[in-house]
Amino acid sequence: MPESAARLSGSGLTLAYDQRVVAEGLDVTIPDASFTVIIGPNACGKSTLLRALARMLKPRRGAVHLDGSVITSLPSKEVARRLGLLPQTSIVPDGITVADLVARGRYPHQRLMRQWSRADEAAVAEAMRATDVAGLAERIVDELSGGQRQRVWLAMALAQETPILLLDEPTTFLDISHQIEVLDLCADLHDAGRTMVAVLHDLNQACRYATHLVVMREGRIVAEGDPSAIVTPELVERVFDLRCEIIADPQTGTPLVIPEARRRASAPAVLAEGP
Amino acid sequence: MTLSPSPVRPRRAVRLGPWSVRPAPRALSVCLGLVVGGFAVAVLAISTGEFTVPVPDVLHALFGQGTPVAELIVGKLRAPRVVTGLLVGAAFGMSGAIFQSLTRNPLGSPDFIGFTAGASTGGILAVVSGGTAVHVAGGALAGCVATALLVYGLAFRRGVQGYRLVLVGIGANALLVAVNSYLLTRANINDAATAGAWLTGSLGGRGWDHAIPVGVAVAVLLPVCAYVSRPMRMIEMGDDAARAMGIDVEGVRAAAVVAGVLLCGVATAAAGPVVFVALAAPQLARRLARSPGVTMTTSALTGAVLLTAADLAGQRLFAPVQLPVGVLTAAIGGVYLALLLRKDRH
Repeated sequence: MPESAARLSGSGLTLAYDQRVVAEGLDVTIPDASFTVIIGPNACGKSTLLRALARMLKPRRGAVHLDGSVITSLPSKEVARRLGLLPQTSIVPDGITVADLVARGRYPHQRLMRQWSRADEAAVAEAMRATDVAGLAERIVDELSGGQRQRVWLAMALAQETPILLLDEPTTFLDISHQIEVLDLCADLHDAGRTMVAVLHDLNQACRYATHLVVMREGRIVAEGDPSAIVTPELVERVFDLRCEIIADPQTGTPLVIPEARRRASAPAVLAEGP
Repeated sequence: MTLSPSPVRPRRAVRLGPWSVRPAPRALSVCLGLVVGGFAVAVLAISTGEFTVPVPDVLHALFGQGTPVAELIVGKLRAPRVVTGLLVGAAFGMSGAIFQSLTRNPLGSPDFIGFTAGASTGGILAVVSGGTAVHVAGGALAGCVATALLVYGLAFRRGVQGYRLVLVGIGANALLVAVNSYLLTRANINDAATAGAWLTGSLGGRGWDHAIPVGVAVAVLLPVCAYVSRPMRMIEMGDDAARAMGIDVEGVRAAAVVAGVLLCGVATAAAGPVVFVALAAPQLARRLARSPGVTMTTSALTGAVLLTAADLAGQRLFAPVQLPVGVLTAAIGGVYLALLLRKDRH
């Protein structure tokens, strides 16, 4: 097992909510410094896997390892200094300002008698700069647009200064331009040296941004690896029950999934020829 | 660039060696104002009445250097009442802040989710079975704790969700109010009158034997409240968000619930089920300090000032008729709640 090589991995994971088993015998390794994207149809267990990796969900069997230790055996605050999570939905406290919300990301670095060190101040300023929300610092978060608000939540997660950052469907509820904005930001954070792990819905976006793709169906990992190497029409049909063809993304060269049209137009070959 | 009407002053850090804090300037000045206000109300309440003790004499008597008459009136009659009021108000304020934060809902205060009604049931049972004041206080505390266990147990499903706690609590509240009415109708006339007076919530005739138990409870629970207040603020953003920050969500919640229930129970035991302080104090404090979410310190101070001021008003407003403090807080609280709902409609 390449477990020793990677900082974050799960082995033999059986994941369940109460009596409902979502996944059984999952082995997954998050390559260091990768932008790993977990993808699959609805209810395939991708968010559940991410929650298990982030120790939000205790595996029924198996264990998640962080830096060689079972994650639940490490002090919780210590884990929070190494691994951050942006949950799918969080509640904005009434009337909180952007600066105050981002500052809350420093919690794992603070103590009762050390609530605001210079390191805290620097980390918050850097997180707000990286996400381009510094201009909104004194605004009330409730009054921001969806895209701005997601950048603020990301800033809070960044202020935590963890080398590994997990994101649970960070683009849901956003329109297309804000989705791209958030994903570009994630790519920048990955370029800056962070290990990023995200659950996404859009296969084409996943192919474009991921350096490592984990494809799931019905609680199993069906394929994993470089998107260009693993995304084929056969895989898409097997995982999503969708017949399609795959062309090179004209912008990036990564796989672009073109679903088969149910009713063909009179000139069916136009798209397939492409540039 | 978007310019917004800047609603808050930037917060500056105060650092001393390895220690650092970053107080919100507005919250700090509100706290200071409440301390001064509370002290003023306390001195006024001790000084005035049927027999006026001039303010300098009050201070002398408090430090044991007054005339015998002043010392009797101040030390035995009025000071314990005021101190009980301050402590009970602070306890209700903190209890309200805890449950409103846990349920993320202003209506999640102990008055609404059955804890106060449960304390009343315990108190009434003690009265009708011929108990003394000590038994009534014990009954109130036991009733509060039992109700909390019941509500918490019924709402528990893989941890406690705030809205479930509120819904189950409202149900329990309705049930207990019915039980209380039933007990009163079945009681003999003297017991019913005694219980009725206690049920309004009053600080009348409170001595040091009332003030000291509340004082001890507040002193013991204060560190617990201080310890849970920061993680609780994170839990308001959602359980996953808090866990991701390394917070033991269930542990913090359990400690907060225990502290909140005991504060509510002890306060009810000392003064009866005074309504609306636990509801109004945290919300009032939040608006005064313009803080995000409810905060413990400002809620405690607001509760203390609110209750002693209401008690003072009850004694003086319609003198010589003395109104129990519960009547005043209910009247103020009702108006306040209406305003709150009106404002939230916009």
